[in-house]
Amino acid sequence: MPLLEINGLHATVDGKPILKGIDLTIEAGEVHAIMGPNGSGKSTLSYVLAGREGYEVTAGEVRYDGENLLEMAADERARAGLFLAFQYPVEISGVAGTTFLKAALNAVRGHRGDSPLDAMQFLKYVRQKAGALNITDDMLRRPLNVGFSGGEKKRNEVLQMAVLEPKLAILDETDSGLDIDALKLVAGGVNALRASDRSLLVITHYQRLLDYIVPDHVHILADGLIVRSGGKSLALELEEKGYGAFVGAEAA
Amino acid sequence: MAVTSETLAQVKSVADDGYKHGFVTEIEMERSTKGLSEDTVRFISARKNEPKWLLEWRLKAYRHWLTMSEPQWAKVSFPPIDYQDSYYYAAPKSDSDRPKSLDEVDPKLLETYEKLGIPLLEQEMLAGVAVDAVFDSVSVATTYKKKLGEMGIIFCSFSEAVQDHPELVRQYLGSVVPYADNKHATLNSAVFTDGSFVYIPKGVRCPMELSTYFRINAENTGQFERTLIIADAGSYVSYLEGCTAPQRDEHQLHAAVVELVALDDAEIKYSTVQNWYPGDEEGRGGIYNFVTKRGACRGRNSKIAWTQVETGSAITWKYPSCLLIGDNSAGEFYSVAITANRQQADTGTKMIHIGRNTTSTIISKGIAAGRADQTYRGQVKIMASAEGARNFTQCDSLLIGDQCGAHTVPYIETSNPTARVEHEATTSRISDDQLFYCMQRGLSAEEAVSVIVNGFCKEVMRTLPMEFAVEAQKLIGISLEGSVG
Repeated sequence: MPLLEINGLHATVDGKPILKGIDLTIEAGEVHAIMGPNGSGKSTLSYVLAGREGYEVTAGEVRYDGENLLEMAADERARAGLFLAFQYPVEISGVAGTTFLKAALNAVRGHRGDSPLDAMQFLKYVRQKAGALNITDDMLRRPLNVGFSGGEKKRNEVLQMAVLEPKLAILDETDSGLDIDALKLVAGGVNALRASDRSLLVITHYQRLLDYIVPDHVHILADGLIVRSGGKSLALELEEKGYGAFVGAEAA
Repeated sequence: MAVTSETLAQVKSVADDGYKHGFVTEIEMERSTKGLSEDTVRFISARKNEPKWLLEWRLKAYRHWLTMSEPQWAKVSFPPIDYQDSYYYAAPKSDSDRPKSLDEVDPKLLETYEKLGIPLLEQEMLAGVAVDAVFDSVSVATTYKKKLGEMGIIFCSFSEAVQDHPELVRQYLGSVVPYADNKHATLNSAVFTDGSFVYIPKGVRCPMELSTYFRINAENTGQFERTLIIADAGSYVSYLEGCTAPQRDEHQLHAAVVELVALDDAEIKYSTVQNWYPGDEEGRGGIYNFVTKRGACRGRNSKIAWTQVETGSAITWKYPSCLLIGDNSAGEFYSVAITANRQQADTGTKMIHIGRNTTSTIISKGIAAGRADQTYRGQVKIMASAEGARNFTQCDSLLIGDQCGAHTVPYIETSNPTARVEHEATTSRISDDQLFYCMQRGLSAEEAVSVIVNGFCKEVMRTLPMEFAVEAQKLIGISLEGSVG
C-alpha cells in the first residue's frame, strides 16, 4: 500500500482553481521532488495536503497511510505523521522554541501511544538532534523564529522534523534564501532522516537542492497539473531546457 | 493545586489522627434580615462580639455609604445593583441545602476540576458538597499557627484578630483604604464579615507562603472579605490569595478590601489567582468582583509587589495600588487578565510616588476573546516631593477573534521635573498563520492558543510562586477553551 495516493485532486483558493487534477503516488521510503515555476500550484499542493483553511478541495481524493486524508483536521494529520516544513516559518513571540517543540512532540507521542517526555528527557533528546544541525542551546531557548535569519529558520524547521520523526515530510522550498553552506547543512539534516519508513516530498524551484537531496522521482508541475514525471535526470534536463519547454509541450 | 493537594494530605492525616480533638461543632446561626440598614450593621457587629469602636467605625462607613454614588469611570456595564435584595450576614448552609454528592454538581464544573487535577476530596469542598468532618481545617491551622507563632507571626482570621489583637487592628484598619474611599470599599467597611489578618514582626522573614487555603474560612466570608497585612521593619512575607479552581458562590456582588502596610525595609509580595464564576456564555449569573486593594510603602526601602492572574468573574473592577511614601520605596504590579465570552474587566493599578527616589514597575498583559471587553486603567502620579522618582509601564494586549475589545487608558501626572516615566503599549492578535503553524506540528487549536498565550504572559507568570504558576498556566488554557475554531 502506498503511503500517499493522490487521485484527480482539484483545489481552489478564493474560488480560483489552482490544482486541476493532480495524480501522485508515493511509496514508503521514497523521495519525490516537485518542480515548477511560480504560480504553478506547488505551495497550494503542500497546504492542501497539510489541511490549511482557505484551500478548498473541489474534486479528487487523497489516501494517506490507509486513511482518507481530506477528512482529517490539520492537527490530526500532523499527529498522524504528516509534516510540512514551511517556506516561511511563522514567528511566535514569547514562546521559547523548546517549549513549543516539547508541546508538539508530546502531542505526537500521545497519538502514537507513547508517554510524554518530561523537561529533562526532552532536553536531552532535542540537544542530540540539534547538534547535527549546528543549533545552539541559545537558539533553542529564543522565542520561536523571532529574529532568526533565513538560514536559522530553515534549520529550525529541519530540527522540528528530526524531533517529530514524521512518516511523510513535505519540504516547501526549503532551499529558498539559503547560501551554499546553509544549504549543505540543511540537506545533510534532511538526508540523515531518510529511512525506509519515511517518505519525502521536496518542493523546489531549482535543481540545486536536488544535488544534495537526491530524489527517486521528479515531477514537473505547471498550471495545476503534473506535466511530466521521471527519474532524477529529469531535473537536470529541466535545468538545461527551462520550464518553457515542458509547459509549452503540454499546451501544444 | 500542588500546594493545596499537599495541604489536603496533611489535613487528612491530621484529621484522621486527631479527629476527636479537631472536631468542630456546627452552631446554627440565624440570618440577618434581608436588606441593608443600620440594624444590619449592628447585627453583624454584635454577632462578632466586636468592641464598640469597631461598631462605630462600621456605622460611620454605613452612613457615609448612603451619600455616595457608584464609581462611573470604569468601562463596564451592568444593571443597577439592588442592595436591599441581599442578605449581609447568613449562617453557613445547612447540610440539607447542599448537594449530597458530586453527582448533583454541574458536570461542567467537574470537568474543569478534572482538568486541573484537583483531588476528589477537594472537589467536594469547592463544589460545596456536604463533606464529613474529615476535612478539618481547624487542625491544620493549629499546626501552622504554632510554627508561625514561635516566630511571633500572627496569621489568623480577621474576626480572631479583632478579639486577640485589637490594638493592631485599630491602629491599621482603614489606614490605607479609608472608610470613605469609594462606594464599594465603604460598603465593605460597613458590613465586612471576615477575612485574613497577618502581622510579621520586626526582622522576621516568614518561612512559608501564607495562603488563605491554610485557613479555610467559615463559609460566606467571600462576599465582603477584609484583609489586613502588616510587615514590620525589616520583615518579609509572601501571601497567596485565591485558588485556580472555579469556586461557586451564590452571592453575585463581591466587594473585598485588602490593605497592606510595609514599614522600613519590609517587603510584601501579594499574589492572587482569581477564578470566580464568570457566568454562562452570555455572562448570566456571574460574579461582580469590585475589589479595593492598596498597599502603603510607609518605610524607607520598603517594597510591595502585587501579582494577579484574573480569569473569572462576569465583571472585574480592580486596581491594586501602591502608595510610595518612604524614600527609596518600590511598588510593582504584574497582571494577567483574561476575559472570554461576555466577561468585562476594567483593571490596572495606581502608583503614587511621594517619597524620594521611589520606583514603580507595571507589567500588564491583557487577553480578550469571544465578545469580551477589557480595559487596562493605570495611574502613575509623581508628587512634587518625589525627587528622582522612576516608573516603567508596559501594557500588552492580545486579541483572539474579531469581536472582543482591548483598551489601554494610562493616566500619567508628574509634578517633579526629575521624574522619569516610561510607558510602552502593544496590541497584537493571534494570527491564522500562527494557529496553522502550531496545528501543523500536532497541537490542537486549544493547545496552540494555550502555548501562545502562556508565552505572552510569561513575564508575569514568573513572578508567581512556583506551585501557583504551574496551576495558573493550566488555568489560562482552560479559561480560553472554545475561544477558537
